[in-house]
Amino acid sequence: MSRVGPLIAGAAALCVAVSAGAAPDALRGEQLYARCQACHALAVDRVGPHHCGLFGRLAGSVPEFSYSPAMKNSKIVWNDKTLDRFLAQPLKMVPGSTMTYDGVQDAKERADLIAYLKHVNDTPECAKAPEKKAWAKKP
Amino acid sequence: MSFFLTSSPFIARRLFLGRSGFMLSGAAVALLAGKEALAAGAGAADPRDVQILNTALGAELEAIAAYQLGAESKLLQKPVLDLAVTFQGHHKEHADVLAKTIEKLGGKAVVAKATYNFPVEQLKSQADVLRFAAKLEQGAVSAYLGAVPLFGNRDLAKAAASILGDEAMHWAVLRQALGEVPVPSAFMA
Repeated sequence: MSRVGPLIAGAAALCVAVSAGAAPDALRGEQLYARCQACHALAVDRVGPHHCGLFGRLAGSVPEFSYSPAMKNSKIVWNDKTLDRFLAQPLKMVPGSTMTYDGVQDAKERADLIAYLKHVNDTPECAKAPEKKAWAKKP
Repeated sequence: MSFFLTSSPFIARRLFLGRSGFMLSGAAVALLAGKEALAAGAGAADPRDVQILNTALGAELEAIAAYQLGAESKLLQKPVLDLAVTFQGHHKEHADVLAKTIEKLGGKAVVAKATYNFPVEQLKSQADVLRFAAKLEQGAVSAYLGAVPLFGNRDLAKAAASILGDEAMHWAVLRQALGEVPVPSAFMA
C-alpha cells in the first residue's frame, strides 16, 4: 500500500530541478496530506472533492460534487500559484467556501503538499479517479 | 494494563468506558455550544460559524459510516470490534450535538449521504481497517484544529476543541492497537 518508493523517485527528480535547500519535498507532502484526510481523498469524493486531476481543473467543476456557490463561482483554475494562495488561507481567497480550515501557514509545507499532489497525479491510485476513467473512455 | 491485552471483551469495554469518564458528555458540550446562541437569538448567528459546524457534521457523519463499514466487515475481532463501536458512538454524539447546534443557530444541518466512497477493496484485515480509521481520526484532529481559530463564537470554539480532544484519543488508541507509537509527536498540525 505504501507509495514511498515512487515518491522517493519523484522527490529525487524534484531535487534535481530545484536547488536542494528550497526543493519541494513530495515525500514530506504525503505525510502532510494526512491532515486533509478527514475530508479529502485522492481518487474519490468525500466531504471535499477528490484531488487527482486537480492541476488545471476549474474550481467547483467536479461533476456531481456539491460545492458552495462561492467555490463554484470563483473562476479559479488550480495551479501552483492559486493552490498556494488557497491553502494559505482558504476562506480569505474564497469567502463562503465550505473548506472551513484556517490554512497551512508554512510556505514550505504548502510547497511540499503541492509537490505531493502533483506527483501523485501520475500514480496508479489516480488512474481510478473519475476524470481518468472518463479520459480512458474517450477515443 | 492495556484493554487490548485483557482476555474479556466485557472487562475491556468496562475498562475503556471507565477511563473515558472524564470526557465532557454530549449534553454538556451542547449546553456549552448553545448557551450563547440561545441567549442571542438565532438571527445573531455568524453564518461562518454555521458553515464550520456543517463541514464538521459532514465529516462526523462520514466517520459514523466508516466505523459501520468496519464493524460489519467481519474483519474486526473483539475487543477491537467493541472499541470501534464505542468510537462510532462518540461520533454519533458529536454529530447529534453539531446538528442540534446548527439548528439552534438557525442553520440547516447537512444529512448523511446515501452512500460513501470508502476504499473497501483495500480493507482485507483488521490492521487495514484500523489503519483506515486511524487515518480518518488523524485527519479529523487536523480539521478541528484548523476550524477552532475560525469560530466567531468562543463557546463554539471550546466545544469544537472538546471534540478534537476526543478524536485525538481515538487516533492514539488506534495507533496503539496497530502496534505503533500511540502519540508520535508533542504537537498536532
